[in-house]
This record gives sequence, structure tokens and C-alpha cells, in this order.
Amino acid sequence: MAKDTSTTPAKAAPASPPPDEEEGLAPDYIKVKDFSFYYGDAQALFDISMDIPEKRITALIGPSGCGKSTLLRNMNRMNDLIDGVRHKGDILLDGSSLYDPNVEVISLRKRVGMVFQKSNPFPKSIYENVVFSLRVAGRNRRKQLDEVVERSLKGAALWDEVKDRLHESAYSLSGGQMQRLCIARAIANEPQILLMDEPCAALDPVATLRIEELMGELRKNYTIVIVTHNMQQALRCSDRTAFLYLGQLIEFDDTMTIFSNPADKKTEAYISGLFS
Amino acid sequence: MTDDSATSPKAKPIARTRPIGEGRVWLCGLGLALGIAMIVFLLGLILVKGVAVFWPKPVSAITFTQQSADAPGGIPEIAGEIVKKQPRNDGKGLEWQIFTGNKDAYGSSFRFINADTIKSTALSEDLIVAERMEYGDSIFVPVEIKLADGTVIPAASPDFESQLASLVREAGQRRKNIFKLEKRQIGAINADIQRNQRSIRKLDLNENLTDTERTQGQEKYQTNIQKLEQDYQALAKQSRALREEQKADTLTYRLLSGEERTNAIGDLVSFYYPNRLTFFGRLGVALKHSWTFLSDNPREANTEGGIFPAIFGTFVMTLIMSVIVAPFGVIAAIYLREYARQGLLVRSVRISVNNLAGVPSIVFGVFGLGFFVYFVGGTIDSVFFQANEGPTYGTGGIFWASLTLALMTLPVVIVATEEALAAVPRGIREAALACGASKWQMTQRVVLPSATPGVLTGIILAMARGAGEVAPLMLVGVVKLADSLPLDTIAPYVHPERKFMHLGFHIYDLGFQSPDSEAAKPMVFATTLLLIVLVVVMNLAAIQLRNHLKKKYTVGTF
Repeated sequence: MAKDTSTTPAKAAPASPPPDEEEGLAPDYIKVKDFSFYYGDAQALFDISMDIPEKRITALIGPSGCGKSTLLRNMNRMNDLIDGVRHKGDILLDGSSLYDPNVEVISLRKRVGMVFQKSNPFPKSIYENVVFSLRVAGRNRRKQLDEVVERSLKGAALWDEVKDRLHESAYSLSGGQMQRLCIARAIANEPQILLMDEPCAALDPVATLRIEELMGELRKNYTIVIVTHNMQQALRCSDRTAFLYLGQLIEFDDTMTIFSNPADKKTEAYISGLFS
Repeated sequence: MTDDSATSPKAKPIARTRPIGEGRVWLCGLGLALGIAMIVFLLGLILVKGVAVFWPKPVSAITFTQQSADAPGGIPEIAGEIVKKQPRNDGKGLEWQIFTGNKDAYGSSFRFINADTIKSTALSEDLIVAERMEYGDSIFVPVEIKLADGTVIPAASPDFESQLASLVREAGQRRKNIFKLEKRQIGAINADIQRNQRSIRKLDLNENLTDTERTQGQEKYQTNIQKLEQDYQALAKQSRALREEQKADTLTYRLLSGEERTNAIGDLVSFYYPNRLTFFGRLGVALKHSWTFLSDNPREANTEGGIFPAIFGTFVMTLIMSVIVAPFGVIAAIYLREYARQGLLVRSVRISVNNLAGVPSIVFGVFGLGFFVYFVGGTIDSVFFQANEGPTYGTGGIFWASLTLALMTLPVVIVATEEALAAVPRGIREAALACGASKWQMTQRVVLPSATPGVLTGIILAMARGAGEVAPLMLVGVVKLADSLPLDTIAPYVHPERKFMHLGFHIYDLGFQSPDSEAAKPMVFATTLLLIVLVVVMNLAAIQLRNHLKKKYTVGTF
């Protein structure tokens, strides 16, 4: 397996391989503790415990319906929107519980940006899309907004393509551009964490590559958790990988270890494509 | 054997039977075709009849063979437009319906003539059709013009037509001046006098005043009124003088029945020689008639003149209604869809709202009369307008009518808005929340803009329904003839309490309440056409707005 992946584009490779000696230095940032989650009577997650390191890319992989998106969406309490959900256990963000009754979910979400599977820009201009999180926070100073737009779009590698048409509709962009716009929107508020729910699922290979490069850049400043169906992608860009199966965390380790020397048979079977 | 079995499936011809359900497609198509045919027929009929009203038709001089019962007083000839030819009641032959005009001379504008008694018809170039202020059109042969200074211009003189035209034009200008004088200036003075009288009554009703204070105050208003009365007298004198001038020049003319009559030229609105006109001449007359129809006030129990007040009333009412119904409907729908807990209560509320759309409109009219007019309006009157003579808000008016219709069309807007909100993709809601927006911010900044095209669709439907409604309006403020518009030049310029005219009611009134239904028939078609055009224009404007927003807000696909 490992030999296969050495043929992946050389561009992405140098940016992302985790320097092993650094590994010990990265502190745990998100702590998931015995977390179980239920949609009504159906249990989606079973006692998951994992520590996600700061300023690293953590990939969640697993077959469809294994609960990886559910886990991700709990990290900014996006699942609160669904009727009849409940949870057991806890998720700690920088040491404090997400489910603490004193935590205001809105301020929580300001610290956690999210990028969705299907790009979902707002029916507004490109500019207004990027500054949306600032506007809802009541920050409307023109100069500040202009700076944020430039910084975010540069961060999302979109600035050069759209700088002359910031006030056109976001829907005039291509699919890949829209997804990068969504990333720019997610980082506009300078969150600490970026959650990405299959960000490349609807994109062509070229756009996918650009977003992977972008993730390598973003890794310097953000803790990234990415859900992906694409094992090559997990291998290419993540530092650590978690394999979930039927709502349970089977294995969570360094990406290289998972792909080259998996401890569990199910992991091995999944990454070698025996089931999906 | 093996060859056979291998080739036979290929050689088997493809079945040529029709796919199951094909016949039903034709049935659906037939249903659609039938629907379209009916609509096109209805619209076509209204369009043709409505436009034809203004087209000047040739006028025939009809000569009778014998002393006919259809030619009263043994008249040998009669002039008129042939409206239609139809079989007689006794089934023996044809009878012609003739528009003869001259209601003052003949007693009615239309008559039926037994076709057997007609000797000949001819298109005489001397015939004039003239529209008059009273008694409708007249069809005649001119004899002479007699000016105020005694000059006589005989019909034979070469400049007769241009002279008559300029005199009619002058008379029209004078009529406009009289209108301005009486409606605007005298109207303003009357309003002022009424205001002063109201102040006097207010002092009467005020129990906290001593007698001297009261009399002093009232005297002040009395002097005001006296001064205004003087102004009024001066203006009234002017207007009387203008009216006299209108009568100064006269036109003498002869009807084909032989009678000679004289009319003041001030009484003529317009005239044309129906048998001399070229195509473009006719077009000119038609355009002039159409413009008069659109811009003038009605005359002669609404059967003549224009219908401007009805157009204006319909437009303003629909506008006020939309402005009221839109925010209420949208707010209600937002609560129902976004905030309310989706349970039994909300479900029953939703069902009730849907059923409200099916309540007969007259029920809303009765409710509007009882609640808005009598209760709310009556309360307003007793609190603010005690000093007014008669009810002010406690009687039907354009504002109450708009409110009643807003109530009636509310379900349409609520249902459409709810659908539109439900159709906003989950993705952008989640994205808004993930950006740290509160639920209200999400709704207001992302969901509602995306739903705007759908909301506008609801408002368009509401407008279309509201503009065409008649029954409830009859209870809450529509009248046959409103002498003043809800917007005018007399302070405070906007009069939401005024009664108004409405195209839908105008159609009913013209067609079924008019003393001369034959004369009113063309007006019914023209008014119907106009109502349809008005609704279409308002809808097109809203659709244009919706398309504009759609372009801005549609969710892209890739």
C-alpha cells in the first residue's frame, strides 16, 4: 500500500508528511470522551474516545453510515438542529465541554468553522459570503471587512480568481471555486478548528488537488478534522487517521501506521478495498 | 440448432406496441387543450368586443318602403349604425338592430327594424356622430352654427368642419376650467368651511369651557366661515359665467327623421363624420375615444364618459392590500415554519389557514363590515371625529376594503411563503449556523432572501385574487359613483376613509344595474378588458421583480 501511494503527486507530498519528531509536541486539542450518540432510538455512535491533536489534519474514514459525519457534526453541535437526538459522554474543546450548559452554541460555532460536502454559498455576493460570520457578529466596519475578505480569499487560494468581481453573485463561480469560497467563509472568523465534511466529494480531480494543497497550507494555523471517503486523500493529506465502522472507533493512529501497518483486520480489509 | 438459437433473439423484431400509459398522455393533452381553448375564447371575445367599442363604424341612412310601425310618426328615413341582423321572433324574416343615438328625440338609442320594411340604405357623407354631455350620442346632418355675436356659419360653407372643431375644442377647454374651478378651488373652500364648522361643533361638545370662551372661539370660526363664503361666492360667479359661455354658441342640426334641433356647442364633447373617415382617420378617432375612456370621469349613470376613477380605485386598493398582506403573511409563515414546534397545534393551525382560503368572499365582506367598519371605524369616529357630521371611518372606505381583502388573501400568502421557506436547502441553513449566526439571523439574512421569489409568487396570486374580487367590496366601501378620488389636491391629500370605485363592481353596475343596458353593453366589454389588463400589468410587474430576484438568489447546481 505504502509503495502505491508514493506515486501520488509530488506537489502535495512535501507539504503534508508529518514530521515524526514533531508528533509528540502537538498537544491534544479536541478530546472525545466515551461519546455515544442517538438519533431517536437508533444509536449512531458507540463510546468513542479519541484525542485530536492541535494544528494537525485528522482524517475520519470508514464506510457509508459508519457515523463519521455524525461525529464531525457533533464537534460544533450541528446535530442539535435535528429533532429527537441525544448523546452520552462528552466532547472537550481546549479543555472545556461543548455540552456545558454555560456554553453558548453560537459562540462555540464561532471558534469552529465548517465546510460541507456540497458547497453551499449564500445567495449573496462573493464579498458578503466571506464576511457573513463577521456581520452576524455585528462587525460591520468596512475597512476591517475588506481586510478579512482579502486575507480569507487568499487563505482559500481564491483571491486571484475573484478579486475583480467580489460583488458578483457567489453562484457565478464554478463548483471548485464555490467550495473554496466556502472554505474562505469558514476561516474568515479565524476559528481554531476547521471541520470538513467530505469537502471534495462533488469536485473534479483538479479542484480536489487544489483543495488538498490548500489544506496543507491551512494546517499551519488550524486544527483540521476531515471526513473523507477517499482513502488516497486521507493518506495524501492527513497526519492522523481514525477508522470508524458501524458507529465504533476501530483504530486511530498516525496515518502512515494505519495505511502501512493496521492493527485491526477490519481496517486492513477496508483500506485494501475489500468493502466500502 | 445452436446457430438458430443464437440468432433468433436478434432477428426478433422490436415490439411495436405502444408503451403502457401512452393513451393517457393524450387524455392529459386533451384536457389542457380544452382549458386553453376556453381561456383563449373568453379572452378573445373580451378583446375583440372590448376594442371594437372605440372603433367608429359607418352610419347608414335607412329609407323605409312604406309607413312602417318601426318608423314612428311616419318618418321616411332614419340614420344609425347597424349593430346586428337577427331573425325575428315570429321566425318570418330578419330584423336589424340599429343604434340611432338621439335619445332625447327618439326616446331610446337603439331600435329594431323589420328588414322587410327597409327600402334602401346609403352611406351619406354629411352625417355627423357627435358625443354629447347629456343624452349620449347624436347622429345628424348639420344645418348651421350660430355664434354668440349673431354670425351664422351654414353647413355648406367650406370651413364649417374646422370651425366646428375649433369651437368644440374651446368648449372642451372651458369645461376643463370649470372642472378645475368647481372641483379644486371650490372643493378646497368647502373642505375649509367644513373644517371650521367641525371646530365650532368641537367647542360645543367641550364641557370644560366657560360660555364666554366658547362663544369667543365660535365667533372666530364664524368669521372664518363668512370670509370663505365670500370667496366661494366669487368663484361661484366665475363658474356661472363660464357655464353661460358654454351655452352661447349653438349648433342647429336636422335628424334624418326630419326634425330640426338646436344644441349648445358647449354640450358637445367630440364629433366626427363617420362616412368620410379613412382608415387612419378611424384609428385616430378610436385612439381618442380610448384615451377619453381611460382618463375621464363617468357621465350619464356611468354609461358614458370614462372610467378613470374605477381604474384608480382598483389600483390603489390592490396596492394597499398587497402592502398590508405581504408583511403579515410572511411573518405568520416564518413563525409557523421556522419557529413553531411542529405538533398537533401547528398542524391544525395550518389546516385552518388553508381552509380560510376556501371561505366565500362575501363572508369576509360581512366580517369586514362588522369588525373593521362598524367596530374599529365606529370606535375611531367616537374617539377622534365626534364633531363630524355623520360617520367618517365608521362607514365603508378604501382602507377598510383593502384590509378586508388583505384578510381574505392572507392564506394565499401564508401558504406560498411556507412552501418557499420549506424549499430553502438545508445546506445554506447549516452553513449560516456554522458561521455563528443565530436562528433569527439565519432566517432573516439567508433563508428569507432565498425564499423571496416564492413569497412574491404568493403575493402575485393574492393580488390577482384581490383585484378581481367584487362581492365583499360592495359591503365595505365600493360605490357606483365616487365624486372624489382617495388621493387628491385637498389637504390632507390622502383620504383612506373615502368610498371608491372599482372596475369589478363597475362591470356589475354597468351590465346589470344600468337604465340603458343596450348602451352599456360595449362599456361592459371595455371595462372587463381593462380590468384584465390592469391585473395582467400588475402581475407582470411582480413577475419581473421575481425573476430579477430569482436570478440573484437561485441556488446554483453543478
